[in-house]
Amino acid sequence: MLFRRILPWLGVFLFLGLFFFYPLARILGLSLDFAILSVGDFRLTFFVFCFTFYQALLSTLLTLCLGLPAAFLFARFNFRGKSLLRTLTAIPFMLPTVVVAAGFNAWLGPRGWLNLALQNLFHLDSPPIIFVGTLGAILAAHVFYNATIVIRIVGNTLSRLDPRLDQAACSLGASPHQIFWRVTLPILCPSLLAASMLVFLFDFTSFGVILLLGGPQFATLEVEIYYQALTFFNLPLAAWLSLIQLLCTLAFSIVYSRLVTRAAMTVNPRLNLPIRPRIWRQRAFVAIFSLLLFVFFVFPLFSLPFRSLTRLEADRGDRAQAQYGLTMDYYTELFVNRRGSIFYVPPVTALGNSLAYASLTVLLSLALGFPAASALARPGRLERFLDPILLLPLGASAVTLGLGFIVAFGRLLSFPWLVPLAHTIIALPFVIRALQPALASIPDRLRQAAVTLGASPPRVWREVDWPIVRRAVLSAAVFAFTVSLGEFGATALVYRPEYPTLPVAIYRFLSQPGGLNYGQAMAMATILMLVAGAGILAIEKLRLPGAGEF
Amino acid sequence: MLELTDIHKSYENQPLLTGISFTVAEGESVCLLGPSGSGKSTLLRLVAGLEEPERGEVRWEGEDMAPIPAHRRNFGLVFQDYALFPHLDVTGNVAFGLKMQNLPADEIRQRVATMLEKVNLAGFENRRVTDLSGGEQQRVALARALATGPRLLMFDEPLGALDRSLKDNLLAELRRILHETGVPAIYVTHDQEEAFAIADRILLLHEGRIVQEGAPAEVYAHPASAWVAQFLGVGNIITGVVRAGNVETSVGNFRLSCAHAHRDGEKVNLMVSRHQVREAPDGELRGVVADVVFQQDGFKVTLSNGLVFHLPKAPKSGEEIRFHVPSAAVQCLP
Repeated sequence: MLFRRILPWLGVFLFLGLFFFYPLARILGLSLDFAILSVGDFRLTFFVFCFTFYQALLSTLLTLCLGLPAAFLFARFNFRGKSLLRTLTAIPFMLPTVVVAAGFNAWLGPRGWLNLALQNLFHLDSPPIIFVGTLGAILAAHVFYNATIVIRIVGNTLSRLDPRLDQAACSLGASPHQIFWRVTLPILCPSLLAASMLVFLFDFTSFGVILLLGGPQFATLEVEIYYQALTFFNLPLAAWLSLIQLLCTLAFSIVYSRLVTRAAMTVNPRLNLPIRPRIWRQRAFVAIFSLLLFVFFVFPLFSLPFRSLTRLEADRGDRAQAQYGLTMDYYTELFVNRRGSIFYVPPVTALGNSLAYASLTVLLSLALGFPAASALARPGRLERFLDPILLLPLGASAVTLGLGFIVAFGRLLSFPWLVPLAHTIIALPFVIRALQPALASIPDRLRQAAVTLGASPPRVWREVDWPIVRRAVLSAAVFAFTVSLGEFGATALVYRPEYPTLPVAIYRFLSQPGGLNYGQAMAMATILMLVAGAGILAIEKLRLPGAGEF
Repeated sequence: MLELTDIHKSYENQPLLTGISFTVAEGESVCLLGPSGSGKSTLLRLVAGLEEPERGEVRWEGEDMAPIPAHRRNFGLVFQDYALFPHLDVTGNVAFGLKMQNLPADEIRQRVATMLEKVNLAGFENRRVTDLSGGEQQRVALARALATGPRLLMFDEPLGALDRSLKDNLLAELRRILHETGVPAIYVTHDQEEAFAIADRILLLHEGRIVQEGAPAEVYAHPASAWVAQFLGVGNIITGVVRAGNVETSVGNFRLSCAHAHRDGEKVNLMVSRHQVREAPDGELRGVVADVVFQQDGFKVTLSNGLVFHLPKAPKSGEEIRFHVPSAAVQCLP
């Protein structure tokens, strides 16, 4: 009996034990060996930690500056194009980091269309706008990524904020100013803090954006782990940084879950419905702010495909004649294996590798996740105890996971299938969370009714369970696929150079000289964006009504 | 004190209030009574300054209120479902208006204590408002509105969500408090029992107009129209046609006794009392008994033509009976 209860967990825990807890234990072992670390290492750690905290704090504040008015805009007003604009602000959160970085690069980078256009127009020798490689680029990308968190969490509270509370305060003598500070803000406060904490957590553990847009002079804990492990081969220092990263994430997550329970304070469930803007101040706010949001979100997203289809400079070096016009060259070039190319394979194989890894991730995470989710759908004591352990991989950053693989399986690194294993660890908690509610929604009476009507156990599964959970399975599969396709942090550490994935290839091509390399990076990023976008769309369509958001 | 003249307001191009004028005198409780959708809540919000009329004036002691924003009017408003601040405790809610006046902390504490005592909530100071029962929340809302010493108190269906017995208790308490403080009050409701219990004067609102105004007893005794009589459920309404000083109806002919002059062939509504009729074999009103229900002091008899009478003796179901209707029991409604 006990064996039958443990059976569904066997696969998951063997897998997690081998590919998550064991690597993590190896990191811990390595990091606790202080003797290897020098004074300089500790100083570096201190500076890196300070910068990580500083940029995360600054990013969070800026995200609030954009997100709060946007939350007000969406919660309070109806206007033309509202749902389109809302979708536009939500897309970046689901996109792979390299796509976002490439998008900003295509718009404002030294080879971005804006700089090249200005250079051509005014015959300048160097790009007039310096954006990539500055702190500003990191901050802008973080705001671009996380604004939707503030918009959704705070907007949700705003739309459930009883409008008569304002009126009650008004009839008691509160001026509009006092109403905001004494009523609206205090009620919004818990959800505001929860949203800020979540944004801060994402900014604190950000990797791809900082590596691609910040350049070598900006190192957060994540980026420093990557440099120490891959450039300096200083694994003990990388492990030590990982430990600090883990402890911080743990602390922030605990604070966040505390805040979320406070945010659940019961407000009257009367809906505060959005209105059409009437007085001129409302109209001006809606017009100006929606235009600002549109510009901020649309340019990085649309610059990318645009730049991948236009030739704005010489293909190689500055001596060649500059060429202009629409072109498919960047795409056709992906199929060519040029000498001197960074890889010894045509770049299109990166797409093939990515698709293969993603498919493997889907199969693996479903095979491991489905039995666990089935067991969780009817929780006993065992399940309630095991449940939180399943979520632990969420707490470790992707770079830490990659480092763990290097430390634990160093000699096996020539084995290319470590990449989908790492992706599965990352996708698994999401897959289980997507499957469990659907499985739990099937009342046992349905199965019992089917049995009394003469269905055998496999028949019951096929006729009752499968039709109900089909959508959830598909949604979980698409999610795992999209996660694997865009994953950059862990992949950057464990991939084999002869088996690059799409995000890795984009990163490598972006850091190479020459217009052709740049164009190919744009083309690959566009392909990744389209595939990931299709995945996001599919998940939205498959989403069960009433499923939670974060 | 409060004077409204010719107020007009529309909602999504549908007229909601048309030409409303009335006054509220010092210490008077006026009740706006009407079915839902008659615009009575909107009227309150106009007086409070939460909305603006399209035409017409709201004056307080002769001063036009239009340029004065809602938060400077010092008109207390008690909301339907109370609208208590969920982030503040009982004290925080009651003290809110006092804090807006920047009173010293000592005085605020003292006045909150007095207010809570007045509404029988002493000892509830630090309770969370989300943990209170409906009746307790209602008292907090009342204490909050009273605490600032408003010039006028307004109630928007304040007892709507409560059950019958609780309602009766709170009504009695409310009457006592209004009497003690002497603050003029406007009370909005769709429940006539509430209205009759609380009001010195009733304004009946129908489709955005005041259709009748007067003391509760007067309104009940002399409804101004068939609609009012029906809304209050006062008597039986019978439609008939004037023919040579008589009114011919489907249930019998009646003598026309009306202050207005009527032409032959004109349609009129008669209101026949439910109590003052007497069973008589040669009566002018006839009908077949459809239903008989015993009530405390007699029988409620429903006829197959929809008329209802109270009789001391129970007739048989299905029997045809005739009534004599004394002229005092018939009113001609304009």
